[in-house]
Amino acid sequence: MLSPADIETLLLTFKVASITTALMLLFGTPLAWWLARTRSAWKGLINAVVALPLVLPPTVLGFYLLVLMGPAGVVGELTNWLGIGTLPFTFAGLVVASVLYSMPFVVQPLQAAFTSIGTQPLEAAATLRAGSLDTFFSVVVPLAKPGFLTAAILGFTHTVGEFGVVLMIGGNIPGNTRVVSVQIYNHVEALEYTEAHWLAGVLLVFSFTVLLVLYSAFKTHPVAHQLR
Amino acid sequence: MISNRFIRLILATWLILLAPAALAATTLVAVAADFTKPMTEIAAAFEKVTGHTAKLSFGSSGKAFAQIQSGGPFEVYLSASEKYPLELEKSGQVVVGSRFVYAIGKLVLWSVKPGYVDDKGEVLQTGNFKHIALADPAHAPYGVVAEEVMKSLGVLDKLRHLFVMGENISQTFQFVSTGNAELGFIALAQVIDINTGKMGSGSGWMIPDNLHSPFNQTAVLLKKGAENPAALALVDFLKSPVALAIIEKYGFGLPK
Repeated sequence: MLSPADIETLLLTFKVASITTALMLLFGTPLAWWLARTRSAWKGLINAVVALPLVLPPTVLGFYLLVLMGPAGVVGELTNWLGIGTLPFTFAGLVVASVLYSMPFVVQPLQAAFTSIGTQPLEAAATLRAGSLDTFFSVVVPLAKPGFLTAAILGFTHTVGEFGVVLMIGGNIPGNTRVVSVQIYNHVEALEYTEAHWLAGVLLVFSFTVLLVLYSAFKTHPVAHQLR
Repeated sequence: MISNRFIRLILATWLILLAPAALAATTLVAVAADFTKPMTEIAAAFEKVTGHTAKLSFGSSGKAFAQIQSGGPFEVYLSASEKYPLELEKSGQVVVGSRFVYAIGKLVLWSVKPGYVDDKGEVLQTGNFKHIALADPAHAPYGVVAEEVMKSLGVLDKLRHLFVMGENISQTFQFVSTGNAELGFIALAQVIDINTGKMGSGSGWMIPDNLHSPFNQTAVLLKKGAENPAALALVDFLKSPVALAIIEKYGFGLPK
């Protein structure tokens, strides 16, 4: 069965994933919107940078984050100067790393959704003298709802399943940075296979249920039908 | 016309040239992460002396153990602890009587900052640090020993909330060497300058053996390698003066 320590890692994981997803939607939406609309020469470069975490092995990304966010790294010097201290081994550091790591999974579906809307609905809104913010929230967001849903699901689940980055910068601190993937790994390393099976099983069932519910809702989503 | 004698001569030459290649074999070895540097050098010497090849796979002892249990292809297993080879022996995966201690692990308390760790380890009592790194005591041998040292010094409970734990000793070293943890318990092999036998950089305390239980790094010949001349030769070679000199050079103790 699950020990209190295992349950703690599950709760922490969902806390990290929720906060990370919220932040990714907050920062990823304007970024995806810009990428979908811009004709700037920078588009290719920014697209490539956003997609980089897909290519880099997570432990490699984690190692460089450890170096960059450490006291001798550029980011570490900045956070130290701001009086926050360094980010590795902290919950905040975990969230920052997760946002970077899972960002393509949020930006790409949003960008695709925004692109597929095209210019017509925006021009229609403009003729009705809607402001750009008004247009975004009353026209774009409803039309791009499936994109937002996909982005949120992928961002959340990818963060839950994150392992390499957390391993490198987390420091395995109970209640702080020891997430469920690390805990399963610890159990396996300590030859506690039964505990590992239990925790992996719970994670699997939970994640599958969430995905099933969301994707089922997605399939019958009224907006999804309107789009076709 | 080519004489018979000439043909025989060519054949004989070929045989002489091919003979070592036919006799030379390759063995696959699982090696504990802390033994990476010495084993790389030992394998090179092994190849030169015997003509056999040792292919090395480095990683945490626990992972190698799990792979061997699941039918992994390793023929020789150099674990960082005694525990895993004993377990394998119990489950009948080991050639009977092949278990031996190949090196004694040496622990240091180390910081990347010069002058931070004193040579008696008093920094553990007086230091004002935010993080102390160690390998995870739940499964990593270096972590187990590090915890014993802190217990011996009576600082374990005081320091526990400052722990950051590496998955293995290499990762623990990263935490300390990048300065993210002010200090940490790592392997002497990771910081030793092999020319002087002292710590190459930063500051450290070589922890006396009497502060922890014996750190016997143990090897076994696995049943998969029982018939392979290269595996058998490697096990012998690990006990040879050449190998022992390399082991000592990299900051490990020699088996008694």
